[in-house]
Amino acid sequence: MKASAAIWKERFKGKLPEPLGSEVDQFETEIGLRQQGKIEDKVFAETRLRRGAYGQRYDNGHRYDGTESRKLPFADKPTKGPGTMWDAPGMLRIKIPFGGLNPEQLETMSELAEEYSDGIAHVTTRQDFQLHFIHIENGPSIMRRLAAVGITTREACGNAVRNVTACPLAGVCSDEAFDVTPYSHALAWFLMGHPDTMEFGRKFKPAFSGCAQHACGLTQMHDIGFTAAVREVDGKLQRGFKIVVGGGLGPVPRQARTLTEFAPVEEMLPITQAVCRVFGRHGEKKNRNAARIKFLVDKWGIEKFRAEVVTTRQELREDPRWLEMLKGFEKTAEGPLRPPGEMPKLNGNDKLNQWVRGNVRDQRQAGYVTCAVTLPLGDITADQLRALADTVRKYTRGTIRTTVEQNFLIRWISKSDVAAVFAELDAVNLAQPGSSSVVDITACPGTDTCKLGISSSRGLGGEIRNRLLAKSYQLDEAIKALHIKISGCFNSCGDHHVADLGFYGVSRTINGYKVPHFQVLLGGQWENNAGSYGLPIIAVPSKRAPDAVDRVTEYYVKNRQKDEKFFAFIKRVGKGPIREILEPLAENIPTHDADASFYSDWGDPRQYSIGDIGIGECAGEVVTRYEFELVAAERLVFEAGLHLDRGVPQQGGETAYSAFLKAAKALVQVQYDDVGSEPDEIFAEFKERFFDTQLFFDPFVGPKFANFFFAAHAARGEKFDADTAHHRIAEAQLFIEAVHNCYNKLRSKPAPTAAKS
Amino acid sequence: MELQHFVAKIHVDGPLGFDPAKVVDVLHKWVAAQSVPGVLLIDVAELLHVPNGPGVIAVGHEADYSLDQTGGIWGVLHRRKTVFPGSNADRIVQALKGAAQTALRLEEAFSGTLKVSRTTFELIVNDRGLAPNTPETYAAAQPEIEAALRTLLGHGDFQVTRHDRERRERFGVTVKSAKPYDLAALAAG
Repeated sequence: MKASAAIWKERFKGKLPEPLGSEVDQFETEIGLRQQGKIEDKVFAETRLRRGAYGQRYDNGHRYDGTESRKLPFADKPTKGPGTMWDAPGMLRIKIPFGGLNPEQLETMSELAEEYSDGIAHVTTRQDFQLHFIHIENGPSIMRRLAAVGITTREACGNAVRNVTACPLAGVCSDEAFDVTPYSHALAWFLMGHPDTMEFGRKFKPAFSGCAQHACGLTQMHDIGFTAAVREVDGKLQRGFKIVVGGGLGPVPRQARTLTEFAPVEEMLPITQAVCRVFGRHGEKKNRNAARIKFLVDKWGIEKFRAEVVTTRQELREDPRWLEMLKGFEKTAEGPLRPPGEMPKLNGNDKLNQWVRGNVRDQRQAGYVTCAVTLPLGDITADQLRALADTVRKYTRGTIRTTVEQNFLIRWISKSDVAAVFAELDAVNLAQPGSSSVVDITACPGTDTCKLGISSSRGLGGEIRNRLLAKSYQLDEAIKALHIKISGCFNSCGDHHVADLGFYGVSRTINGYKVPHFQVLLGGQWENNAGSYGLPIIAVPSKRAPDAVDRVTEYYVKNRQKDEKFFAFIKRVGKGPIREILEPLAENIPTHDADASFYSDWGDPRQYSIGDIGIGECAGEVVTRYEFELVAAERLVFEAGLHLDRGVPQQGGETAYSAFLKAAKALVQVQYDDVGSEPDEIFAEFKERFFDTQLFFDPFVGPKFANFFFAAHAARGEKFDADTAHHRIAEAQLFIEAVHNCYNKLRSKPAPTAAKS
Repeated sequence: MELQHFVAKIHVDGPLGFDPAKVVDVLHKWVAAQSVPGVLLIDVAELLHVPNGPGVIAVGHEADYSLDQTGGIWGVLHRRKTVFPGSNADRIVQALKGAAQTALRLEEAFSGTLKVSRTTFELIVNDRGLAPNTPETYAAAQPEIEAALRTLLGHGDFQVTRHDRERRERFGVTVKSAKPYDLAALAAG
């Protein structure tokens, strides 16, 4: 713990806004009680999560060092959660409702990043900040300093209402129905600690958008999404929201369903409260893998869900805050500091020209623009934060927003100040052009710091970015418009489902060695508020993933029709040809002896490993029957996606089921050569050998992937629509990944004999 | 005045003669070998994509060690995280010892391409609660800092300049010694 903890406590005593101040005091007490063993570690874990204090890689006290898994010699202290070492550094997530910040808050972030973290503040894909390598005992000091500038970490993690995100252009966008800022702010503070949000089985993510057509709010991929709309009633214009529920990314993404086409703004808070109550009452609690609201919406169907929300809304006791909170926040509308102006003549300064083209956008208000500050992989230094605070203070009335693309957006810049703003940003390396373009890559933390990371998403993101930047002058305009998003695993924190080119980390075993890979996803759509989700087409080695970008983009430029967008292009040509051009990248991976670089990940020279599994005993074996079968299963999943693309969801869903069977059979054959081809037999053998024994269970999500297979098997003969087929295909892909992992686990142990006992 | 959580950064002499990404491998080996006595090394953070940033860090529980580029100046940095017992002078010695030991190891690893300064380093108190960056802090801390440096360097022929360009920065000083110091002696503490 820092020596200044008592100083900060004393300095802010009685001065922090409530309830933020007393909540920090409570957390500090809970830390003390846990140290004395007076709170169970499980309970403490949820407590700290609800305060935004999350685990980080290696906090179980083990780390693979490139040769073997070694114990990190942490001091013998109480754990801060099951298997979580007290002194292991963690991540602190800091909520920034609608991404709104002022200069004082930026300065505080800079101080905290320097004093408690690694000097970097990281902007997330949900407009939060994250600080890494934080010691739990420094949490209260950090939280006090944040609370002093009106920021909280409360409910940034855990089974709670997470940060309320909103379009960063809200209030200045020419396409919006109206400014959603005050409503997103109201919702964030209304739901924080609300009794109807205390019983959730999982997290709950809200988002606001000012319009339906752009991506800024991404409402379709949220647990609850609000899209601004205006209608005319008795000759008067009435503001309201289209409200959607049950969207989400994660392993198997769902598009949100419409709860109501229009709810007046006055109904926004009570309807949301009713949704929360329904979710809290009826959502899954025991099985966290099926506990998001999307599963409840799936299970009930949207009609039943809607009816329950309507009934619950009528039951709610009237709360004056429903209206008061809206009125209060409407007074805080932003405006300009400086008079409107004209854009400067762009002379020979190429960098300025490029920056203006890519990062500056007209506001609805004449004479003003927004300026995007592009951050590499969402990272910003303490020095840069202070400089940014100065710029914001000098040219605006002290407002700036984080974006879901892990950047900042400065608004209300007078056009006549654009060159000066550029110069100030450029002086601190914050004037990188290409905001929202192909070089503006989104990546989750991945194996850098995340416990669940499989491959290095940030490493790959950095590598692709460097390569694209190196040839940015030659890049075709069509390529510049693409979105690349990368997750370190299937959990989608990097939003890979909604990218033009998405990647998520997987691993493969080649001749007994593990090789980091990325699944390549196509067919996602960033526009239309994340209007559709991509599907994996092939897994390529991590070290060849940048080549995959080159091949796909070259193919696109060569074969696109005039002005054809990438999403439309993929729809037209189909994924088959793209897979064909990527297949060579997936094949002929050099042996470890020939080129060991394939066996480590980007930015991490250690020999690659997941779960600290060492080299298997079968090194030297070229291709096993298992591997052949698995390749066939992967091909079936791919074909299922093609059927779906061709508008034959029934065939897509059925083919996905065949892929399940093929993958399950491959695994069963590892133990029992003579398994037949009948679905029931494969199912029974798989269940007996891998489910009942828990061999197939994932260390983090338990039987989740096996359950996908069980559900598919139980539902044989079902009718598929596009949605259900999409889900089944995504689940089949995840099942195959789990088969890979289980097989690797088996190979790290002495193999059972082939004969059936 | 109690000063804790010192950062010591010994500047690199001249331009960096190698790809800083190569430090990642070296630091991973340090973590694997747990090769810093008294410090639990946990992981390596590679942050080279951020210009003028923290570079590459071996993250420890008690302290971090890095090749740092903050402020656009490459340097070998030691950052004390947990409280260190003793006097302010003890903590200054300990911070410089950590930085000097790290510098020597990196010089050896990148022999011929990395040379750190034998005259210039920075000392920063990484705690605004203890040491706000004010003239008052400097007035209170200067005698102790200079006394510690006289003992450490073995002479008083050095210049201490407060970082006063920007009040929001952490309290810190740059030390320029008129005579080259012996890095090995600093590393020995």
